[in-house]
Amino acid sequence: MTPRIVELRQGILKKNDQLAAGLRGRFRAAGVYVVNLVSSPGSGKTLLLEKTLAALKDAGIRTAALVGDLETENDAQRLARSGVPVRQIQTHGICHLEADMVERHLKGWDLSHLDILFIENIGNLVCTSSYDLGESCRVALLSVTEGEDKPRKYPSLYHSADVALITKIDLAEVCEFDREAAHASLLDVRPGLRLIETSAKTGQGMEEWLGFITRKAVEPEL
Amino acid sequence: MHELSIAQSVVQAVLESLSGTPACQILKVRLKIGALSGVDADAVRFCYDIATRDTRLEGSILDIETLPVIIRCSHCARDVQLPDPFRLRCTVCGTPSAQIVQGKELEIDSIEIQDYLDKPLEAGP
Repeated sequence: MTPRIVELRQGILKKNDQLAAGLRGRFRAAGVYVVNLVSSPGSGKTLLLEKTLAALKDAGIRTAALVGDLETENDAQRLARSGVPVRQIQTHGICHLEADMVERHLKGWDLSHLDILFIENIGNLVCTSSYDLGESCRVALLSVTEGEDKPRKYPSLYHSADVALITKIDLAEVCEFDREAAHASLLDVRPGLRLIETSAKTGQGMEEWLGFITRKAVEPEL
Repeated sequence: MHELSIAQSVVQAVLESLSGTPACQILKVRLKIGALSGVDADAVRFCYDIATRDTRLEGSILDIETLPVIIRCSHCARDVQLPDPFRLRCTVCGTPSAQIVQGKELEIDSIEIQDYLDKPLEAGP
């Protein structure tokens, strides 16, 4: 018998993609806008989210958050202080969130009572980019302490983003942050990408970010 | 590194595609991995032996075709292949383009199998 070739032509992550498509349908039916936050560790996802959840709660917008880490419930405890529903996803060594992890951690939540669900992904600039979580919007963070050329070094993650936040902008001067180079680097890997500079600490740019996300939640096609 | 997860997904997908077919030996698995997929081909190769151990894919050859990024330039009205590392702009006229024609692939293209027509069916793991 001679060997034969069987053409499969299917995505390696087909299973995750199918689950994500199912989640996306559920989210849409429930009318909840889902935001997937991705970045390297330490770029300020949790503080941004803490401030975001608190501000949106004050504005009467119903939010919840899933927060991924390899170990500990520290971030969930931090975020829970905002008074909105928060759950920790511990991956125990896995370097990214997958759609089935999200699905499992949504059990018992009535999505139709939410306006925006935030998913804080694992701090990782490579692996998180390949896994669709069914989100409506992927937000990539780049902190001014990281180096302006990071997007060019990790193009797949920043390319997959719908908006980029340049975080810790209050530290720009002490870090001798080259704003122009950072913008160019982001736009090199994703021409036309919406960029917002923020400092969750001082509040700079937070109004623009909150305005962006609430407008999107109401009118996702904007 | 998520390439072990990727390699395990390959194994799972291949086994599922063969479920219900007569016993065969899997000789080769061909993948297509684009430069914008976020997956490193060498790391997948490294993980493949571990992921295939004690499965019907053990001993099979992994053949990965890596695909460079190709964008469509609206100004030149043509597709342009980009060098690595890339900027998503036309190498001829410099116009930025987010229109990706190739580079995001993360696919199992095909598998090469040898049927055991003269042998009884084997129960695979």
